[in-house]
Amino acid sequence: MGKTSRDRIIAVAMLTPSVLAIALFVYGFIAWTGYVSLSKWDGLRPNLAFAGFYNFQRLFKHVRFQADIRNTLVFTILFLAACLIIGFLLAILLDQKIKGENIFRSIYLFPMAVSFVVTGVVWRWLLAPSAGMNLLFQRIGLDMLTSKWYTDPTVLHIQPESSMGLILGQFGLGFLASPHFGIPVALISLVIAATWQMSGFVMALYLAGLRGIPAELKEAARVDGANEFQVTRHIIVPMLRPITLSAVIILGHISLKIFDLVVSMTQSGPGFATDVPALFMFETTFRGDHFAQGAAIAIIMLLSVSVLIVPYLRYSIREEAEV
Amino acid sequence: MNKSLSLRPSRLLIYLILIGFAAFYLTPIYVLLITSLKSFAEVSLDRMWDLPATFSLESFAQAYQALAPNFANSFKLTIPATIISAMLGSMNGYVLAKWRFPGSEILFPVILFGMFIPYQSILIPLVQTLQKMHLYGSLGGLVLVHVVYGIPITTLIFRNYYATVPTEIVEAAKIDGASFFAIYRWIMFPISLPGFVVVLIWQFTSIWNEFLFAVVVTNRPDTQPITVALNNLAGSYIVEWNVQMAGALLAALPTLVIYILLGRYFISGLLAGSLK
Repeated sequence: MGKTSRDRIIAVAMLTPSVLAIALFVYGFIAWTGYVSLSKWDGLRPNLAFAGFYNFQRLFKHVRFQADIRNTLVFTILFLAACLIIGFLLAILLDQKIKGENIFRSIYLFPMAVSFVVTGVVWRWLLAPSAGMNLLFQRIGLDMLTSKWYTDPTVLHIQPESSMGLILGQFGLGFLASPHFGIPVALISLVIAATWQMSGFVMALYLAGLRGIPAELKEAARVDGANEFQVTRHIIVPMLRPITLSAVIILGHISLKIFDLVVSMTQSGPGFATDVPALFMFETTFRGDHFAQGAAIAIIMLLSVSVLIVPYLRYSIREEAEV
Repeated sequence: MNKSLSLRPSRLLIYLILIGFAAFYLTPIYVLLITSLKSFAEVSLDRMWDLPATFSLESFAQAYQALAPNFANSFKLTIPATIISAMLGSMNGYVLAKWRFPGSEILFPVILFGMFIPYQSILIPLVQTLQKMHLYGSLGGLVLVHVVYGIPITTLIFRNYYATVPTEIVEAAKIDGASFFAIYRWIMFPISLPGFVVVLIWQFTSIWNEFLFAVVVTNRPDTQPITVALNNLAGSYIVEWNVQMAGALLAALPTLVIYILLGRYFISGLLAGSLK
């Protein structure tokens, strides 16, 4: 009896260093960053005089940060859509008793083993206007596919004078017809590279999920006269919903903090067309020494990721407790 | 009979789609390989998609010359950080799975949160702290950073692994008088070797490929790991693109080799990180 309670103390003692490390390096540091974000620290010498929400107010008025919010939203939506569609399609196709399934799966998934920096360096070259894919397209006669890629400053948006723009204006939503709510063409290059890297991961998630669906369930539906499309639509898709949720959360939080790929592939781009909060934070803090301003960007990034992750963690843990 | 005949064109379509996507995923590797293996004389834009006429390691040699110290730094960083974080994670996972105590259920998600945060939100205090510890700019400092921020994922993988070990075995051992460490040493550790492989591969790949901590913590070229050096190399206008591609291949090689040899374990790590 006494021995077990001594072992219990040892168990807690073994966990303590990690808990203290996390308490300091995660929670303590976040608190400190939060404090810095409310300070006047601008320049190498720390100045922790209280500035209230000044840094946040300034940030939301900053042209670069406004572009960052737009870019993050557009990038997240396009990247998630591309990864989910491609990942789901490949998983469904690979689940059809394919010869060489292992080889296909390994090919689709290998980009996950490569650094985002490598991906960025290679795709920067592949999508350089004077090289890469453009040369390939010209060579095989697909000139219409050539593009300025990440050097394109165009932002696709609703024209204020267009009928759509006028209708929006009628409803007091005329502000939507501006580049602030548009799609920067250059971002698509980043989406291609990121999808190349991560879509295989979604494929692997879905494939694991598909293998978990009992064959009898699909068989029963077929016996009842359902065709393959109906089986997919009414049995497979609903059963894969938790996996879709996981994929959205994981890809979403990666996309909200994407940094390496942008630095190595496009940097800020023309007119901040490919700029992201992580890059803005890095340059503001470690190149410009505007520490309070950088901390404010970091806190906004943390809040945006937390909105996604905290409910997910609570959900996962509760799920587990019920099992 | 009839059914199998009618299925054939659709089977063909499936294979065509699968092969088309395989081509998409392999294109960058194709370009990396053929460009790195061309001689300087053969490198030109109009022939960039052609196979090399003669194999040459010139570009590779030049990239290696530029990146060798950083390649070595990456090993010096990744190996100790991987081993230490795996050992920590194993111990944490053992405690959280088999020695539950009041509050341990709350502690687990509190630890896990650390693997999802944008690290920007801890970078400023991290740099200040490393400076105070005289570790800023050094590989040792970077090892510490990776060990600490590796705790959540390694703890998660090991805890889930140990949770599959029947608690009766542990309880029986306790009744037989086995101590905390004896149970770990003689029961948990031996059966967790596959878990160790998963964690070691996962951590090796993540730390090798990592960029943000590396670029913030190591400020001098002689301590920078390969991801930072590659980014600098590729950002330089005087470096030829064939050398850049060779550099990218060099940076990708260790993790690609691991993926080719031990892909199964890599995928386990990947799926473990998604919590389920």
